[in-house]
Amino acid sequence: MQKYECIPCGYIYDPEEGDPESGIEPGTPFEELPDDWTCPLCGVGKEDFEPVEE
Amino acid sequence: MTPHFKAQKVVDNIYWVGAIDWKLRDFHGYETQRGTTYNAYLIISDKIALIDTVKAAYKQELIQRISSVIDPQKIDYIISNHAETDHSGSLIDMIKLIKPEKVFATAKGVEALKAHYHHDEEITAVGEGDDLKLGSITLKFFETRMLHWPDSMVTYVPERELLFSQDAFGLHLATNERFEEDVPQWIVDFEAAKYYANILMPYSTLIPKTLDKLSTLPIKIFANDHGPIWRKNIGRIIELYKKWSAQPYTMKAVITYRTMWGSTEKMAMAIAEGLSEGGVSVKMMPLNSTHRSDIVTEVLDAGAFFVGSPTLNKNMFPAVADLLYYIKGLAPKNLIGDAFGSYGWADGVVEEIRGILSGMKVELVNDSPMSAKYVPDEKVLQDCFEMGKKTAKMLAAKISG
Ligand SMILES: [Fe+2]
Ligand SMILES: [Fe+2]
Ligand SMILES: [Zn+2]
Repeated sequence: MQKYECIPCGYIYDPEEGDPESGIEPGTPFEELPDDWTCPLCGVGKEDFEPVEE
Repeated sequence: MTPHFKAQKVVDNIYWVGAIDWKLRDFHGYETQRGTTYNAYLIISDKIALIDTVKAAYKQELIQRISSVIDPQKIDYIISNHAETDHSGSLIDMIKLIKPEKVFATAKGVEALKAHYHHDEEITAVGEGDDLKLGSITLKFFETRMLHWPDSMVTYVPERELLFSQDAFGLHLATNERFEEDVPQWIVDFEAAKYYANILMPYSTLIPKTLDKLSTLPIKIFANDHGPIWRKNIGRIIELYKKWSAQPYTMKAVITYRTMWGSTEKMAMAIAEGLSEGGVSVKMMPLNSTHRSDIVTEVLDAGAFFVGSPTLNKNMFPAVADLLYYIKGLAPKNLIGDAFGSYGWADGVVEEIRGILSGMKVELVNDSPMSAKYVPDEKVLQDCFEMGKKTAKMLAAKISG
């Protein structure tokens, strides 16, 4: 599944891990994150993420 | 003790009570050749509030300036807009001295302060748009995440149309002039650009959104956390921030290089001549005598960026690596450029630098590396000259297209 990187801080959202601390189950694709989800490291919104090229 | 450090009035009810650091020359690797100030502000209303503190070593100066207006122990609230130690270094000591009713920061700020000071004192989290009534003065908090730390926020005073903008619109400039209009404009512009390039540039995509958010508030004064306060024409710094965050292509090139026996330098000069012939303004910045923080300042409004390195023991020259690591993190946008340099027996450094430039999304001018064995001959220098000319054409096309 496609990983996404937070442009300001560098945090990588890995769908296989999800973001359990914010209640995001492992296996949740980036596209299905709620609109008000924010970067767990720096707090910016989804619009400041870019797909990671692999 | 006769306090000789006095507060300076900003507007009715609001005083500057910060510290002037005349001798600072190294701000975590950014050369601050004109020193800096750590601005803190005192608000006198029915309730009394302190906005930010100063670097730990300047605590006495802060206390004296507050004491010239009121007894510090009368302060009811402390607001910490930013957890970095140049603004929070005396916070815990000030809490101990003042015993305020409450201390406020963003949720990320509460977390970051705890990770700095490992203190027991309680700090209360405020969120986007929260109000704190002091009496005739109101404080309103707005989060500015990653401008430039996760914890950053700004505090707005609607009754005075004043924004405590924190590190935003700051500049490292030690001065006893408290307002921007009292300092020569060329110094203000240079130091504000240098501050933007070295501190805020990586977050350029967030700047326009923040400016939009702030544009909904009537603001006449930016009371920042470093350097003089913006009051006469805040539109000027807003326009500069728009330009610096967009970083449009320009007919300006920065060439930076290090040389061992003059070969890489000759190549730099030839590229400069080609750029000049094409009408590009050139900033030549030799790394043996130029600080990395001044180079990124020139790159901020450049359209082209060239990096030259000789090969030393099969590797790029250490000063070049230092610059590349520094500028890579600052992530300048909209640049074309290339690498060049000489080698003796181990070629490869120029290609390695080209890889780093590509990683920074710098569009390379040439298809193959511009390297010279030992000393560049006429042919290589002609190629360097042509690379400069080609860059000029590419820039002109970017600007018109
Ligand atoms: Fe800061
Ligand atoms: Fe700061
Ligand atoms: Zn982030």
